[in-house]
Amino acid sequence: MNIKVALVGNPNTGKSTLFNRLTGLNQKIGNFPGITVDKKTGFTKLVEGRDAEIIDLPGTYSLYPKSNDERIVFQVLADKNNSSYPDVIVLIVDASNLKRNMLLFSQVADLGIPMVLALNMTDLSDKQGIYIHVDKLAAKLGVQVIPISARNNIGIDKLKTAVAYTNKIATQNNAVEVNFLAPEAIKAVKQKINTDNDYYALQVLHQHEHLSFFSESEQLEIEEIEKVNHFESSKLQAAETIARYKYLSTILADVVIDKGTAEKFSFSDKLDSILTHKVWGFAIFLLILFVIFNAIFAWSSYPMDWIETGFGYITEAGHSYLPAGMLTDLLLDGVIAGLGGIFVFIPQIAILFAFISILEDTGYMARVTFMMDKIMSKVGLNGKSVVPMIGGLACAVPSIMAARNIENWKDRMITIMVTPLISCSARLPVYILLISLIIPQKTVLGIISLQGLALMVMYLISFVAAILVAWVMKIIIKSKEKSYFIMELPVYRMPRWKNVFYTMFEKSKTFVFEAGKVIIAISIILWVMASFGPGNRFENIDNKYQSALLDTAKAEHVKTLIATEKLENSYVGILGHWIEPAIRPLGYDWKIGIGLITSFAAREAFVGTMATIYSVDGGDADTSTIRERMAASVNSRTNLPVYSFATGISLMLFYAFAMQCMSTVAIVYRETKGWKWPIIQLAYMTAMAYFAALIAYQLLK
Amino acid sequence: MMIEGKNKKQMKLSQLKVGQTGTIMAFTDLEMSVKLMEMGCLPGEMVEVERFAPLGDPMAIRVAGYQLCLRKSEAAVIIIQ
Repeated sequence: MNIKVALVGNPNTGKSTLFNRLTGLNQKIGNFPGITVDKKTGFTKLVEGRDAEIIDLPGTYSLYPKSNDERIVFQVLADKNNSSYPDVIVLIVDASNLKRNMLLFSQVADLGIPMVLALNMTDLSDKQGIYIHVDKLAAKLGVQVIPISARNNIGIDKLKTAVAYTNKIATQNNAVEVNFLAPEAIKAVKQKINTDNDYYALQVLHQHEHLSFFSESEQLEIEEIEKVNHFESSKLQAAETIARYKYLSTILADVVIDKGTAEKFSFSDKLDSILTHKVWGFAIFLLILFVIFNAIFAWSSYPMDWIETGFGYITEAGHSYLPAGMLTDLLLDGVIAGLGGIFVFIPQIAILFAFISILEDTGYMARVTFMMDKIMSKVGLNGKSVVPMIGGLACAVPSIMAARNIENWKDRMITIMVTPLISCSARLPVYILLISLIIPQKTVLGIISLQGLALMVMYLISFVAAILVAWVMKIIIKSKEKSYFIMELPVYRMPRWKNVFYTMFEKSKTFVFEAGKVIIAISIILWVMASFGPGNRFENIDNKYQSALLDTAKAEHVKTLIATEKLENSYVGILGHWIEPAIRPLGYDWKIGIGLITSFAAREAFVGTMATIYSVDGGDADTSTIRERMAASVNSRTNLPVYSFATGISLMLFYAFAMQCMSTVAIVYRETKGWKWPIIQLAYMTAMAYFAALIAYQLLK
Repeated sequence: MMIEGKNKKQMKLSQLKVGQTGTIMAFTDLEMSVKLMEMGCLPGEMVEVERFAPLGDPMAIRVAGYQLCLRKSEAAVIIIQ
């Protein structure tokens, strides 16, 4: 028989470590309906013949939510018909800081759902000289209390057994009689919603707006009860919290014996004095950022090369062994190419998340937030936005996933919205090609290369743009969520390598399965558009060159001619011609237009498309030769070189700002759980790119 | 009413210097007080200022046996003695 078990607890209590311990790799990520928060579930065997579905609820300090993530906890626990409604709650607390952790316990206990208390980090509390009378505590609370150390795998089996044999009817003693807080209103609501639980009724009064299972008329009626009884939410929450702490003081008085000395935090304090030091703090942070950046930029290039080579090999092998035809082409050039485009991100995602997981686990990330908050909050970002933004230099996709660590919704959205502006590694080939076309290979002052300078300016522009846009969005985006910075600074600990591994695995998997769908779909659409043309244009091209193909000496040359002509006559080519009037003021012709469309898949595709378009004279896809051909190309209308200085700058600015990356669109869709934000982002970035390019070209031409 | 003596001056938590301690007396913002109390900042609790961030804000305090950080503007709602 399967029972449902929900994990509830404060942040930093080792809740996710326990979740990983219980479920191993047997976990999946889904959605809470209508909310942008991941729902992590997994399965575990409690005892022989009894399995449990484990649901990991977001960490929270209280049932009164301060963020959308925290809101879910009560939404799940309040709704018996919710698919995640638990049979048993495992409330996990940090034994080394019991009193504050027990506030949530006392609230959850009063909802009257069967529960087990897991005292985690008993190893740490032992070390700190804190002794907890487990049996006494259990007797006072009326629930099973199991000391565990999720990190060291101690007590997990006992916990499982305890959960398996938990009474189906809640046994806990009522912690606080809340009736005195609002007797009339509670009575009225109890009648209205048909419950005999005072605390549930009180919570409904506080939070009914966020409980979607009440009908509109029920909502109005509850609202009316609030009004009639002058229900003051904040005041009552404060009174309840004080009453709960009073209760906890009496409960814990002879349960917790703290022999601890003042020195219990000395190690963390010493580290803090270095790691958040005015000079050393920033220096160490910069060094860490550099290591991370270098890792996702340089280390990942080897596995990425292998993946690309591997997929290239599959495509090649497929073309030589499978029967030639449209289906084979679709499979190899559409689907397999799309898959390759997805898998190639895995090394970067895995490496970035290995680092992030280590930084989170050790407690260092909280210090980063602490140090950077003042600067970042000025432009609407969060101290934690620094990591995604630096990661954005390598690739926006893992970086946007990393923004998940930002608890505040608005800060997180702004970070997601501006991260793709940071100059990523896919822009590099485009910049290099264009800079080599328009910037002379000269040095000024003997050492400064003009081309290098131009490249650096492009990177600076990207940072300035990101900060400006963040600042504008800070003003535009409305948030009901109040922005707090009241946050625990956890003690420093060693990272848990298993957690690091799980994070790497889970993030890669999420990307492949969730963003992958969108990427595959767009790849196939782009492939169809580039491989087919209207009417019998393609046939005519084939017929035209049929005889020429017979000349084996020239066959390769003719094949490229065909490829080029086909691209011109494909839907992409037609679209390129069609958008020419719109992009002419930017200094582009239809050939560049084709490049803009194909490089929506990924920016670096621009270089490849240019290679195809300019390969009319045969030869391989060598950049230097494309470069020469591009440099020599002349606009048929004006008889001037296409790649003038003005056009080059205009194109670089376009690529600096435009969202030319379907993988980013896909990941923003996945991270925000909807099309609203990716569409806003696509629109604002394209508009910004267009106008920047337009202004640059018109000023420089 | 609270007794005011020379060495029992009331001030905001944000005004304390590193190493100084105080006892929480009251809050000046109701909504914020709920969050602060949930985090263990209860009237009667001792707080000690541990450090300020390198740029002067936010600040880290020790309260209820752990380290909490908060912005100065948030610390300013806590009246201490």
